[in-house]
Amino acid sequence: MGVEICVEGLTKSFGHQVIWRDVSLTLPAGEISVMLGPSGTGKSVFLKTLVGLLKPDRGSITIAGRDITRLREHDLYEVRKLFGVLFQDGALFGSMDLYDNIAFPLREHTRKPESEIRRIVLEKMDMVGLIGAERKLPGEISGGMRKRAGLARALVLDPEIILFDEPDSGLDPVRVAYLNQLIVDLNAQINATFLIVTHDIASARQVPDNIGLLFRRELVMFGPRQVLLDSDEPVVGQFLNGRMQGPIGMAEEKDAAQVEQELAELGAGHRRGPQGGKGATGAGVTPRLLPSPGIVRPPRWQDIADRESGPRAREGADL
Amino acid sequence: MSLSPTAGLRHTGSLFALALDVLRTLPRRPFQAREFIQQAWFVAGVTILPTALVSIPFGAVIALQIGSLTRQLGAQSFSGAASVLAVLREASPIVTALLIAGAGGSAICADLGARKIREEIDAMEVLGIDPIHRLVVPRVLASMAVAVLLNGLVSVVGVAGGYFFNVVLQHGTPGAYLASFTTLAQLPDLWTAELKALVFGAIAAIVASYKGLTAKGGPKGVGDAVNQSVVITFMLLFVTNFVMTAVYFQVVPQRG
Repeated sequence: MGVEICVEGLTKSFGHQVIWRDVSLTLPAGEISVMLGPSGTGKSVFLKTLVGLLKPDRGSITIAGRDITRLREHDLYEVRKLFGVLFQDGALFGSMDLYDNIAFPLREHTRKPESEIRRIVLEKMDMVGLIGAERKLPGEISGGMRKRAGLARALVLDPEIILFDEPDSGLDPVRVAYLNQLIVDLNAQINATFLIVTHDIASARQVPDNIGLLFRRELVMFGPRQVLLDSDEPVVGQFLNGRMQGPIGMAEEKDAAQVEQELAELGAGHRRGPQGGKGATGAGVTPRLLPSPGIVRPPRWQDIADRESGPRAREGADL
Repeated sequence: MSLSPTAGLRHTGSLFALALDVLRTLPRRPFQAREFIQQAWFVAGVTILPTALVSIPFGAVIALQIGSLTRQLGAQSFSGAASVLAVLREASPIVTALLIAGAGGSAICADLGARKIREEIDAMEVLGIDPIHRLVVPRVLASMAVAVLLNGLVSVVGVAGGYFFNVVLQHGTPGAYLASFTTLAQLPDLWTAELKALVFGAIAAIVASYKGLTAKGGPKGVGDAVNQSVVITFMLLFVTNFVMTAVYFQVVPQRG
């Protein structure tokens, strides 16, 4: 289960404005990856390009042996059946209630009898904790519920790849924690390839196997979680710690001299400004989020759990 | 709308591309019967009452104009013939065009535009469902079907209104009015009017769908899209009406 996504030399611009250029990365099959980046660096555009909603200017995206940037429309719709996408606001169909929304892909794509559809829909609704809200319309429920319903709808066709567009935006910290746990549990259960686009650092530190960072119209870094958490790269350090000092400014970029000075201050141990806004936990080792105890862990998660309970984690606990 | 000189051409091209896509998707199964019926009901619901209310005064204006014109020319016996001709040939396709674009098209555009900015259309594509097949084709067919029926409604209400104003208010002779009905008008007039309505319905729905599916920039974008869709549809419908009328006179031999 799970499909590898291989992106090479991807470039996208709107008119003369380059969004990002030359992005190359591989999302390993069955693993969770997070794409980080300051607001407005084209994270959502990247996600939409991956599912073929936007055509890149250059480069290729290979999924299951097929380059989706060159597929004919008909074949593209076939490949898209591998995907489940959770859009920012859930993107539920406003004219249908939650049950019909979640049943929609099944009714369109399969010839399952209504009783079978009912079983699957209720199972997915149970998974995201929406039992009892079947007959509610999307306009009548909170943003968090819409998100969970959107997730349930993304899950009904048993996708091989699930993309999350800012799953944490507009949710309170407790719900974000639940959602993160849900993402990890799902990954352990269905083994699909996950990509989460976000700027919530707490989630990025705990959830993924791999982290990528988009900044200044390019992919600054993509690699295993620990590599990025330990990275000396100023942009990565600034972002993952939510600092004001560093290359990222309020209006996208700062001038070189100021960056230089701030990095020197940091090097000398002078930290100023608020300690990381959104979900930043500061430096140190962040333990990896593991699937809930009730869930049967596949070998991959067993390995991760063993590693987490190894010497490194204990060292973290001592701090 | 951007002001670059190529933008207009690009939009025109995309609009025609959508029209071709609709044509190409038309035979694809399964046919979305449920959506078609819902949309036909919806478009009919937003257009029937305004159409009836517009066509009564429209028929009356034509009756008044023709009544006074025929009196001036001394051809009162032809007032029935002329008013039927005017209603059937021009008034009813034009009223249909206005209503199908103004009421039906704007409703379709607003609906699709709202879905677009809520990312529903994107979500649908990602779920592997072609929005043209699922949403646009049923709307185009529904709008065409309703336009044809509306054209019939306008013709009936217009002719009845003309009769009422001419006979009851202008004291014309009912017998002469009815007897002259078929002296100028002929059956091809009705077929042409229905064909016009069919084409108008298609154009209105395609333009509305195009504008709705390309709406961007939040709620204001949807408002702009609706506004543009109505304006563009009006222009296209009047041009199409002219062309079809010109062709009609070349193709169908006239009476008398």
